[in-house]
Amino acid sequence: MSTSQKDMRITQLHGAGGELMAELLDRLILPRLGDASGMGAIGLRDLDDGATIPLPSEARGELVLTTDSHVVKPLFFPGGDIGRLAAAGTINDLAVMGARPIALTLAAIIEEGFPIAELERIVDSFAAALEEVGVPVVCGDTKVMPAGDVDGVVLNTAGLGIAKTAVSDAGLRLGDRVLLTGSIGDHGMALLAAREEFNLRTRLESDVAPIWPMIASLLESDVGDAVHAMKDPTRGGLAAAANEMARKSGTCIEIVESAIPIREPVRGLSELLGISPLEVANEGKAIVVVAAGAADEALRVLRAHPLGAEAAIVGTVTDEYPKRVILGTEVGGRRFLDMPLGDPVPRIC
Amino acid sequence: MTNSFHFSDPKRGKALADAIAILAPPDPFKIVHVCGTHEMSITRNGLRRFLPETVDLLEGPGCPVCVTPARDIDTAIAIARTGAILCTYGDMIRVPGSELSLDEARSEGCDIRTILSAADASAIARKSNHEVVFFAVGFETTAPMTAVILLDDPPSNLSVLASHKLIPPALVALLDLPDNRIGAYLAPGHVSTIIGTQPYEESLDGREIPVVIGGFEPLDVLYAIALILRQHRDGTPKVENGYPRAVDAEGNPAAKKLLDVVFEPVDANWRGIGVIRSSGLGLRQPFQRFDTRDRIPVEVPEGKDEVPGCRCPDVLTARAVPSDCPLFAARCTPLSPIGPCMVGSEGACSIWFRYGGERPL
Repeated sequence: MSTSQKDMRITQLHGAGGELMAELLDRLILPRLGDASGMGAIGLRDLDDGATIPLPSEARGELVLTTDSHVVKPLFFPGGDIGRLAAAGTINDLAVMGARPIALTLAAIIEEGFPIAELERIVDSFAAALEEVGVPVVCGDTKVMPAGDVDGVVLNTAGLGIAKTAVSDAGLRLGDRVLLTGSIGDHGMALLAAREEFNLRTRLESDVAPIWPMIASLLESDVGDAVHAMKDPTRGGLAAAANEMARKSGTCIEIVESAIPIREPVRGLSELLGISPLEVANEGKAIVVVAAGAADEALRVLRAHPLGAEAAIVGTVTDEYPKRVILGTEVGGRRFLDMPLGDPVPRIC
Repeated sequence: MTNSFHFSDPKRGKALADAIAILAPPDPFKIVHVCGTHEMSITRNGLRRFLPETVDLLEGPGCPVCVTPARDIDTAIAIARTGAILCTYGDMIRVPGSELSLDEARSEGCDIRTILSAADASAIARKSNHEVVFFAVGFETTAPMTAVILLDDPPSNLSVLASHKLIPPALVALLDLPDNRIGAYLAPGHVSTIIGTQPYEESLDGREIPVVIGGFEPLDVLYAIALILRQHRDGTPKVENGYPRAVDAEGNPAAKKLLDVVFEPVDANWRGIGVIRSSGLGLRQPFQRFDTRDRIPVEVPEGKDEVPGCRCPDVLTARAVPSDCPLFAARCTPLSPIGPCMVGSEGACSIWFRYGGERPL
C-alpha cells in the first residue's frame, strides 16, 4: 500500500488480518501514534494481544477507567474531526473524574471503500490531541466492515487515568457555586451549521479540546479540595448534564441565564434553527461545582488557563426543588430547565 | 449578551412587570395568542410569572401543522403511494393522520422528503423525472413562498398540495365557539408583517375585543400584554400595533400581491375546530395545472381527527392548557405523541413539555 496515492481506499483485505492489514498498521497507523514503545514491557509497537502498564508509583489514589464509542457526522467539521473528538472525549471523561490520563486505547471500525488519505488525517488528529496532554496509545484494533454496514469510520477508545481523589458528578452540596469553564453550545451548533442541508456559512468552530491541563491546574491549586463535583456537558449539553447532577445528588441547581457564556454566532444560529444552545453538545468544557467560599478563586484559576479564559460562575446549588434545574431567564422570568428529549431537530416556521 | 439593544433587558422587564401589575384586571381575563413562536417565547422565558393572578394567557390554533386535518395528511400519503416524491416541512412529518403519519408512510417505502424552503421543492423537481408534490402548510407567513415557486417558471413535474390557512378568520371562529370567554387576542407578529392590521379590523369588526399585534422577544410580549390590559381597563378595544418596528399597518404589499395572484380564499377544515369559512387558500384558475388534487387525483375517505382521551381540540381552541389533559406528559410525550399538539414543535403541548410550562415557578 502506498499512501502517496491519494485515491487509495480501504478494502476488505485491510481488515483480513493478512499482509495488507499489517502494512496498514505499520505504514499508516503506528507511525502516526507517536512513541509506540508503550509504558511497560509490552506496548503498541509489539502488536501483542494487549499492553502492560506498570503499577503507578503514587502511594494513594485510584485508577479510573473509561470507554467511549465515537460517531460524528460529518467526520470532518469546523474545528476538528472524529479523531480529535475521540481523543478529547476520552481524556475529558477522565479529567472530570479528577483523573490524570495515563494511557488510551484506540479501535477503529472502518467502512470498506473509505479513503485512506482521510484515515491518515483522522489518525494524525487523534495523535495530535493526545500529544497536547502527553498521553500514549498503548494498544488498538482495526476492523473493516463491508460498504454500507458502517458509516465511514467509528472509533472506540478506552482511557486509563489515576486520581488522587476521584471527583464524582454527584458531590454537590447546598450552597455550592456552579461554574462553567467556557462558552456553551459551540460544538453542537458548529456541527449543525456544517450539515450541508442547511447551506449555511458561519464562522462557528467546535470547541473540541482535551481539557485535562486546565482541570489539573484547578485541582492542584489552593482550592482543589473545594471542587465537589465535575461533569463534561457533552450530548444533551448543559441542560442534560445539570439535570443529571441534580438528580444524582438530590439537590436543585439554579442557573442564571444571563451569566452563561454563549458566543454571538451560537446565539444567532440557535435562534435561526430554534434549537437551544443549552441542549447541544460541548466537547471542550466542564461544569465545575465548588464550595461557595472557593468560587472566586476557582474562577480566577480557570481563567488563567487559555482553555478557561471565558469561565464564569453561573449558578448555585439549593434545596428549592430537589432533583430539578431552574433557569432564571434574562428578562426576569423563571422556568425549569428540563432534560432534553433527544437529538434536537430544527424548528420550521 | 452583546446585542445593541437587549430584548431581554431585566430593567425594562421589571418596568413592564410593574405596568402589568398596575393594569391587573379585577376579574378573570383570558388572553389568547395564536402562534407557536409566542408560546415558545412565553414559556422559554418564564413570562407567565409576570401575569397577574386574574390573567390567563393561552395558545389557541397557533401551530400550523397541528391544525392540518388528518384527511390532508391521508391525502398526502395516498399521493406519495402513487410513486410521487412528496416534499414538506419537517414539522409535518410526524403528525398523525387517520392511520399513519408521513414518517410511518416513509418507512413503508414512500419517498417523502423534509425541506426547509418551498424553493427546495422546485429544485428537487428540476432534478427529477418523477412527479414532485409540495405539501404546503403554514399561515400567511409561509404561503407567499409557495406563491413564489408557482410564479417562478415552475418545472412541469411540480405540483402543490395546498393546505395553507389564514389567521383572521380563525380568530372570529374561536369567538363563536361556546364557553370560550376570550377577553383579548395577542396577534402574531410575523403573520402581521405580511397582512398588516386591516384584515383583523375587517374580520373582527363589531366584536369589541382588544387585538394587539406583538413581537416575539420577551420585552415585545410583555409590552403587548400591557397594551392589551390598558385597552381592557380603559374600555377601548381596538386593533393596535405593538410591534411597529416590524409591522406596517399596510403589511407587506409585495407579499400580499403574490398571495392574491396565486391564491383565492376557500373554506378550510381546521383540526380540532372544524370548517371555517374562507380560512384557507386554494390555487386560482391559472395555476390549476399545478394543483396536486387535479394532477394526481386520489380517493381518500373522511379523516379521523380526534384521538380518544386527547384534549388537543380544547388546546387548539384555547379552552384548555396542555396540563389539563390527562394524557399530557404521562402517555403523551414528544417521543411518543398521541395528539398533534405534542408533535408540532409549535404545538402548546410540545412546548410545555420541553420548557416546563405546566409548573408556574
